[in-house]
Amino acid sequence: MIYKLQFADLLPYWDVLVRGLAFTILLTLASTLSGVAVGTLGASARTFGPQWLSRLVGAYVELIRNTPFLVQLFFVYFGLPAAGLKLTETQAAFIAMTINLGAYSTEIIRAGIEATPKGVIEAGVSLAMTRLQVLRHVVLKPAFEKVWPALASQIIIVMLGSSVVSQISAEDLTYAANFIQSRNFRAFESYFVVALAYLMLAILARAILRALGSRLFPKA
Amino acid sequence: MADFSLWVIVSNLLLAARWTIALSLIAFVCGGVVGLLLLFARISGVRLLERFVFLYVEFFQGTPLLMQMFMLFFGVALFGVEISPWMAASLALTLWTSAFLTEIWRGCVKSVPLGQWDAADSLGFNFVDLMRYVILPQALRISVPPTVGFLVQVVKGTALASIIGFVELTRAGTMINNATFRPFLVYTIVGLIYFALCFPLSLLAKSLERRLNAAR
Repeated sequence: MIYKLQFADLLPYWDVLVRGLAFTILLTLASTLSGVAVGTLGASARTFGPQWLSRLVGAYVELIRNTPFLVQLFFVYFGLPAAGLKLTETQAAFIAMTINLGAYSTEIIRAGIEATPKGVIEAGVSLAMTRLQVLRHVVLKPAFEKVWPALASQIIIVMLGSSVVSQISAEDLTYAANFIQSRNFRAFESYFVVALAYLMLAILARAILRALGSRLFPKA
Repeated sequence: MADFSLWVIVSNLLLAARWTIALSLIAFVCGGVVGLLLLFARISGVRLLERFVFLYVEFFQGTPLLMQMFMLFFGVALFGVEISPWMAASLALTLWTSAFLTEIWRGCVKSVPLGQWDAADSLGFNFVDLMRYVILPQALRISVPPTVGFLVQVVKGTALASIIGFVELTRAGTMINNATFRPFLVYTIVGLIYFALCFPLSLLAKSLERRLNAAR
């Protein structure tokens, strides 16, 4: 028996798809902003902070980088409420993604910071810049410029990884696919279309991040 | 609610971790073989082959692994073939791994200086000899650290097999949690077992990389 693919059966559910798409985009945007913020703080603490703080951040980075995102998500969604912190699906998804991206971007940004020559920092200090000014203008800006491509691909990896938030019934793009196939029984078609949507998102995100990169760090 | 002792929880999770390890090994070995074939196609100089591998990599790197598993699980069934979660997970992980390894290894091959290719060419090497005696021995050395590093991603990737119903470490954690209602404890242990599997690999990758950089 040859099966004929029936993509038309997806059409009545277009609004579900659009809502899922919007959720995935917003979730990625929000957790990218907070994740990179965590990463910036983490990388600064790791390089310039006291030893105990540096060690603590190091442990956080290794713990997150060596466990699956799915388990981190389950821990936040199922584990934390047992410890007294109640979270909605969306909040849990956002927190788990922030923690995840935070760890990876700490490591990425740290690599950029460590490539800053010591003399440049001393030059900043000798120009009577405050510590914060040195950190912001002398250390972080060139560091971000150096690691921008790595950061961009990590953001895209996190976006694709976000497909598992459907497992705690956060209503993202994958959730839409699960929902549709449970109604019309066109499982392959649903997942195929949603996979293509993710592919488009990834390609679009890559283009946007590249454009943003050349905007933020114009080649002199 | 069943009252499981800590030891029962830990030992059952450790037993389930065997499946995580088995799945990781299958994905890594099969993915490595497929990845190597794709690598040869990618650098063969035949446009059509190169184009195919490019799109293959783009697809598997640009879509979530979870979608790939769902598509395989339901896609194969369309041909009237019954496929177990175990098979679907192994296949999806193999394809996914091969796409990443091909791309990693292509970077290593490309880092062999162009002069080496020209030299072998001028000595009349054919493609197989060129690969065997000139390019691969040099590319192999630099490819080890990133390959070991990627193995960590493979181990973590196997967690998604739980979603299509294969009982490995994460799935076992969910099942035990459903019986004991102790999510904080269970997922902490699950996380620690993954950490115990992945962290040594991460350390190994880092030390291999340092040794390679020191040698140059």
